[in-house]
Parts: sequence; structure tokens; C-alpha cells
Amino acid sequence: MPIFEAVRMALRTIVTQKLKSFFSLIGVLIGVTFLIAVVSIVQGMNVYMEDQFANRLIGLNTFTLRRQPGINTGNVTEETWRSWMRRPRISYGDADYVSERLETPAVIARFCSDRMVLSYNGKQAKDIELMGTEPSYFEIKNVEIASGRIFTPQEVRAGIPVIVLGSELGEKLFAGLDPLGKDVTIAGLPYRVIGVAKKRGTLFGISLDKFAVMPFRAPARRYICPLNILDELQIKTANPTLMLTAMAETEAIMRSRRGLKPGQENNFDLQNASGALDGWKKISKVLFTALPGLVAISLVVGGIVIMNIMLMAVAERTREIGIRKALGAKRRDILAQFVIESATLSTVGAGLGIGTGIGLAFVVRAATPLPAAVAPWSILVGVALGIIVGVVAGVYPATRASKLDPIAALRAE
Amino acid sequence: MTDRVIQVEDLVRQYQMGAERVMALRGLSLAIRRNEYVAIMGPSGSGKSTLMNLIGCLDTPDGGTYWLNGQEVSRLSDDALARVRNKEIGFVFQTFNLLPRASALHNVELPLVYAGVSARERKARAERALVRVGLEQRMQHKPNELSGGQRQRVAIARALVNEPSLLLADEPTGNLDSTTSEEIMRVFGELHAQGQTIVVVTHEPSIAEHAERVVVLRDGRLDSDTRNNKVAA
Repeated sequence: MPIFEAVRMALRTIVTQKLKSFFSLIGVLIGVTFLIAVVSIVQGMNVYMEDQFANRLIGLNTFTLRRQPGINTGNVTEETWRSWMRRPRISYGDADYVSERLETPAVIARFCSDRMVLSYNGKQAKDIELMGTEPSYFEIKNVEIASGRIFTPQEVRAGIPVIVLGSELGEKLFAGLDPLGKDVTIAGLPYRVIGVAKKRGTLFGISLDKFAVMPFRAPARRYICPLNILDELQIKTANPTLMLTAMAETEAIMRSRRGLKPGQENNFDLQNASGALDGWKKISKVLFTALPGLVAISLVVGGIVIMNIMLMAVAERTREIGIRKALGAKRRDILAQFVIESATLSTVGAGLGIGTGIGLAFVVRAATPLPAAVAPWSILVGVALGIIVGVVAGVYPATRASKLDPIAALRAE
Repeated sequence: MTDRVIQVEDLVRQYQMGAERVMALRGLSLAIRRNEYVAIMGPSGSGKSTLMNLIGCLDTPDGGTYWLNGQEVSRLSDDALARVRNKEIGFVFQTFNLLPRASALHNVELPLVYAGVSARERKARAERALVRVGLEQRMQHKPNELSGGQRQRVAIARALVNEPSLLLADEPTGNLDSTTSEEIMRVFGELHAQGQTIVVVTHEPSIAEHAERVVVLRDGRLDSDTRNNKVAA
């Protein structure tokens, strides 16, 4: 009997017994849903972490020189943290030393930041990230200006109290007024607003537009960093190769400045976007390792359910089997019929699972910032698993059916 | 030899019923020629059902030999028997034995499915068979939408669709009222007139009357084998 015929027969059986079929294939459905959804969400998370998180927080082809890593996506033990805290901080001198000696072409920004309160005309904006840095910062972080201008190197050198506001902060403090030329107050001192940045959106639901940038030598610097100390030195190069070269160079320069002997560990940290993702990569790897196990459990359960349903079907349809045998069905015809029926049932379950999985991925995509995208290979794996589970689960019931004695089967009620 | 559709010699079949051994057939010999219309009769326990199963290649004998169209079929494997049933034998059962969820047309197509006939030809041949039994208006109906007589006609169409050398009917009117029974027996008469070899197993003399030859079994042996003069004349 041709396969096509058997599949059509199986589909007809499924359609006539919708509810029963649905319950019998729910195990496979859940397994495959899980496969599709987890793969698409984790992969979406990967894309998001790379594009949005790391590249936006650290910057493309950029690395930072810090006392300790700025972004930790994994677990940091108390002990590690304490050893970081014992390291010397990055000083203005370190920054000058590195920028004078670095031979790889690079854009460098001295950088410091902390949470501060900004106010204008009695209105307060709390928890604002106040950054002290240089004009190159705007280039490194790709912060574009919507109106006004950024500060100049001269203003930085002279420590002039000027400030560039994030778009949300500007709206919040000035509520429709043009902020340019007005003074905001930080710790009792006035700062002239010279620019407003373009809107940058959100990351993990947190606004990226609640910030203010001032020259790192401006008076409020003592509130965000101790004197002569920087949080980090940001170094941007033209491409990934140059970035790696510059990182190696910076490491050597810093080691010589700090007088570290060979074999002694660095007492500073260099981090780029891919380094910042190390912790996340570990999590993602664990998820991908655990996934086959979780999917396998659902599929084994699903397979057992289908096997039971098929055993019931063989018992219920003994007479049909007798009729088919009387009309000339050979053992393998009956075997094929029930195996294909089981495989079709299971594949329909897998198909529904793929649909549900894709649906879940779309819901995640719509409801969260994760660009959850369904991986084509996971659909193929889902279909293949559906067929395999169905065939394996169907073999035993189908063998029993094929071995029925036609006379006894014809007499069955 | 080839003139004989069925030739059985010394057929023995026994069953184990718990500790007891039941001899259903005790050495039965019989020959049926092409285009014969034979009724097999006998009280229950006479062995007529066993004989029907053996003739229908649903079962194999414990002793003796069975030639169907000159081919020995008494020692064949299950699958070889299935092939023989498919090609040579058309069954008509007392309880019709149609697939309940399939249309009349699909039921008639079934033997052709197992014969490996292409879908298009299958449909054409099944339609022809249904037209032959007068059901051209009922092809897409399911068995439960058909009357008893119509169901049995579907079964006859199914039995004939592979053009078997033998039409084997087991109490074909057992579940039908007398008018419908007559109607079915008339179909059998017409098929016989067209040259079909027919064997009907029945315990009803009124049905056996339609056959041209009546074989009576008793205790697993041949009791009588007579020409039915009324029909043969």
C-alpha cells in the first residue's frame, strides 16, 4: 500500500477523533513547542546581548581599561570582588601614560560616572547617570546630538561647567521649554545646558536617555570620582583586529607602568563587548545543554502515550484488521498502516508544537525587547523528532496488529 | 485440472479446545468446477465454517491438500495466502464486514489497494463494480447510511472488483429480511449466469435452493452431494 494512502487514512482517523487525537499527541506537542520556543528565545537573547547590550554599553570595536570589569554577566564571588577592590585605581596619570604611548590609532576618552540628582527651577530629576568625560566619548558611544553642541577639548581642559542632557532628562526637567542656554543645578552649582542628545530607547526596559554628560574636569567631578581618579579609559579602534592589537598594547603599557613581573596577574582589567558576554555565553551554553534532556523527556512521555493509543486502536479495530486481511492485506501492509498512522499522529503533534513554539516566539518578540527568531533548523529537528517518535511508538502496536489471525479478527466485535 | 476451481483431498482440520481436541474436518474431499454454483450446508458443528475458512485461504489444513486453480495452497505462508485471497477469492459475509468509516466506493476499492492498482484505475474499477450491483447512486454513502440489502450489495461489489475466480459467501442473507434476501440471491443468480463460480455456505434450505449443487456436511465429512434439478433444469 502506498505511503500516501496510509497517511491520508491516518489523517482521516485523526480528524474523526479530534479530541482523543489531541490528547494523545499533547506530549509530542509540548516537547516540540519547548524545543522551538527555547531555541528561538535563547538565540534571540544571544543576538540581543551582542547587538544591544554589549555593543551599546561598551561600544563597537571598543574596550575599556578599568580597575575591575564594568559589566559582569556571570557570578562574581565575594573573594574575587574583594581582590578587585584591593587593586589600585586608574589615575589621570595612568590615562595620560597610556594615551601617550599607545601606537595603534585609537580614540580615547577618560570617563567617570555616578548617580546624581539634577534640578532646574525647583524641579528635581533623581537617579540620573552623570558622566564626566571628553568630547571623544560622544564618538565612541555613538551619542548623537539633537540640538545644540557637545563641549570642546578646551572646555574640558578648563573644567567649564557645561552639560549635555539625555533626551528624557531634558523633557523631564524642562517640560516643553528649550533647555539650551538654561542652567541646571548639580550639588548647588549651576551648569549651562549646551546640547541635548537624540533619543536612544531602552535596554531591558531601562531608559537609556536619563543621563547627563559634562567635562571630566568640571567642578562636580568630586561627586562622581575621587580627585585624579577615573572609572575607566575608553579606547575605540577602527576594526576588531586593531582593537585586539590595541588591547594587547595597552596591557603591556599598563604592566610596565605598574611594574608587574612576568607571571604576576594584571591588577587592572581590559574588557571588550565579547568579553562582557562571557557570563551570558555560559548561561546560554547550559540552556542548550539541558534542552535536549528536557525535550527528550517530553518526547518519551509523548511516545508512550501514542503507543498506548495505538494499542487501543488496534484492539478497537481488530475487526477492521480482519477485514483488511481477508481482502488481501499482507502483514507488512497492516504493519505499515499502523506505523504510518502512529507517525502521522506524532508528526501532526510536532506540527502543532512547531506552530505553538513559533507563536510563543512571536509573543516574546512582541512583548519583550528580545528579537526571538525561530531557527529553521529547530523546525526541521521538530519534524524529524515527530516522525521518529511516531515510528518508534508505533512499531510494537503495529506488529501486534499484523500478527492477528484473520479468522479470529473477523469474529471480533 | 484447470477446469476445477477448487479441489480438496482428504482435508483434515482439528482444534485444541482446552484439553479436548475437536476434529472439525475428518478427511473431506471435494471438487468444484468453473462456473458452478454450489451451496454448502450442514448443521452447526458439521465443519462447514471450517471448510469455508480453508477454501477462503483464511486458514490452512492440518492434513490433506487444497488446490485452487491448480495451485497448491494448503502449505502457503500467511503472506502468500493473503496474495491468493486478494487475487482469487471474493468474500461476502453475513455481517457484511464493511469498514464503517469509509464510503461505499472506498470499501470497494480496498482489495485493489492491496493489489497495488493505481488510484485512478482503482476508482474506475470500483465504480464499475458498484454500477454492476445497482448502487451508482450510493457510492459516497457510508455503510450506516445504507440499508442492509445495499450494504450487502456493496460487499458483493467489493468481492467482485478484483475479478476473483471464486465468490465465497458465508450466510450472505443471514442478517436480511426475506424480500431483501431474495434480491441478493437474484444478484447471485445473475452473476452465475455471467459465468462466476459461486460457493455459498448456509444452513437455510431456501437459500441453498438457488444453487445448482448442494453439498451437505455432517461431523466433518461429506454427507451428500446432489444436483439441484429445479435450478439446473
